[in-house]
Amino acid sequence: MKSFTYERAATPADAAAAAARIPGARFVAGGTNLLDLMKLQIETPSHLIDVNDLALDRIDATPDGGLRLGALVRNADLAVDVRVRRDYGVLTRALLSGASGQLRNQATTAGNLLQRTRCPYFYDTNQPCNKRRPGSGCGAIGGFSRLHAIVGQSDACIATHPSDMAVAMRLLDAQVETIRPNGTSRIIPIADFYRLPGTTPNIDTNLEAGELITAVTLPRPVGGVHIYRKVRARASYAFALVSVAAIVQRDGTGRVALGGVAHKPWRVEAAERDMPRGAQALAAGLLAGARTTPDNAFKVPLVERTLAAVIADAKG
Amino acid sequence: MTDFDSNRRQLLKGAAVAAGGAVAASRLAPEAQAAAQPASAATSAATAATAATATISVRLRVNGAEHQLMVDPRTTLLDALRERLHLTGTKKGCDQGQCGACTVIVDGRRSTSCLTLAVMQEGHDITTIEGLGTPNNLHPMQAAFIKHDGYQCGFCTPGQICSAVAMLDEVKKGGPSHVTADINAVLQPTDAEFRERMSGNLCRCGAYSNIQAAIAEVAGVRR
Repeated sequence: MKSFTYERAATPADAAAAAARIPGARFVAGGTNLLDLMKLQIETPSHLIDVNDLALDRIDATPDGGLRLGALVRNADLAVDVRVRRDYGVLTRALLSGASGQLRNQATTAGNLLQRTRCPYFYDTNQPCNKRRPGSGCGAIGGFSRLHAIVGQSDACIATHPSDMAVAMRLLDAQVETIRPNGTSRIIPIADFYRLPGTTPNIDTNLEAGELITAVTLPRPVGGVHIYRKVRARASYAFALVSVAAIVQRDGTGRVALGGVAHKPWRVEAAERDMPRGAQALAAGLLAGARTTPDNAFKVPLVERTLAAVIADAKG
Repeated sequence: MTDFDSNRRQLLKGAAVAAGGAVAASRLAPEAQAAAQPASAATSAATAATAATATISVRLRVNGAEHQLMVDPRTTLLDALRERLHLTGTKKGCDQGQCGACTVIVDGRRSTSCLTLAVMQEGHDITTIEGLGTPNNLHPMQAAFIKHDGYQCGFCTPGQICSAVAMLDEVKKGGPSHVTADINAVLQPTDAEFRERMSGNLCRCGAYSNIQAAIAEVAGVRR
């Protein structure tokens, strides 16, 4: 690990201001992703701002019937909250399908949103990677790309976003509340939070420098059957090859988001009209324009089959 | 005296001089670097040198005892436990949060001690395998692991036991897991539940079935 200085922030405003003032500063909460990347010198912050003392660990009802999830609510606590289990089951299911019991106790709501990709070329500092070192190239393109994106990728990066929670958040139309270094706060719809890689795959989100996530809000519940189906190489404790988050209503309409296929949680609202027509039509709309490699071409039929299983599950 | 002896002595003497020179060179290196670089680079080199040596005071509460330590901020909780407090029951397996060998219990919750910094743990209550039980006063989970032969080489065992103890507390609170059929129903503790919930602890010897038996016994689940 590269050396760094360390402070514990007292207020969200202090944390954001310090992050903007000190070059190379990063926030740390659970640390489960950042410390791993620091040991490998993929992340080399010069200063760590520990935000764990900020009182952002509550889950509160909002006036419009939704929930406000503090940025520091641990994944384990969010998953088992009775309101989340009852009204946002897809979020509970997504959280419980990710990581391990230990990591869910440590990882936070905001930190989970900000996970970096698990692309092996990002992790191997001997390999070129435009996300880790802009302009160095992409080892995954033309390399071993079984885990990689099939939609939304660019010639610079074919990495996928690893989070399960974020797929459910995208499905639920969550909103990300932040505080900026100048002390103002703003709300970013999750649809506008993540970026496609384009020519700047080193930038994962539309957060500004020093901007701190303070909460994630969920709109009022929409009912329906909530399903999160994750397909992976092991029965537990593995990242998704493909995952499907879905809410299906009694009349067969609904919404769906995919994990494991793109640089961000993948949702195409226009394609959801086709849900009552079945998995084939739905998959065609979701994956329109897909570009695959020989290694990851299997993801296209796997998405369709997983959608079929989810639609069948929803009918009971 | 043979030629060989003579040569050997000279070789050792020469090596000692070379080693001394290397030490001197490395001591001088930061200044030499700074002198050779523009002012801004020299300043950042100096800052980096200061950061490298700056230690932070941290108060850790481990197994009920308070410890005041000066640590490099890079020190993980795992390294602080093992290298500074000499509580070597907690094991370093992968050091990446993937194997669970370093699992300790923080404020009643199982955590990977390799993925948190010691300085982040001030004010928290940390329990390691040494704090769960002693050879003459075993924790029920330790006794069950012995009874059911829940280990072979034993390296993952402290992490398995800490994880299992905290896992059963999670089950008692009734929260669902990935394999729970109905996330809103009353939780039924089963082998399938324990297996899923213990997936963060790997055992390369493959003692899983005996670990399962030990956990089920402590949980009071008939198999």
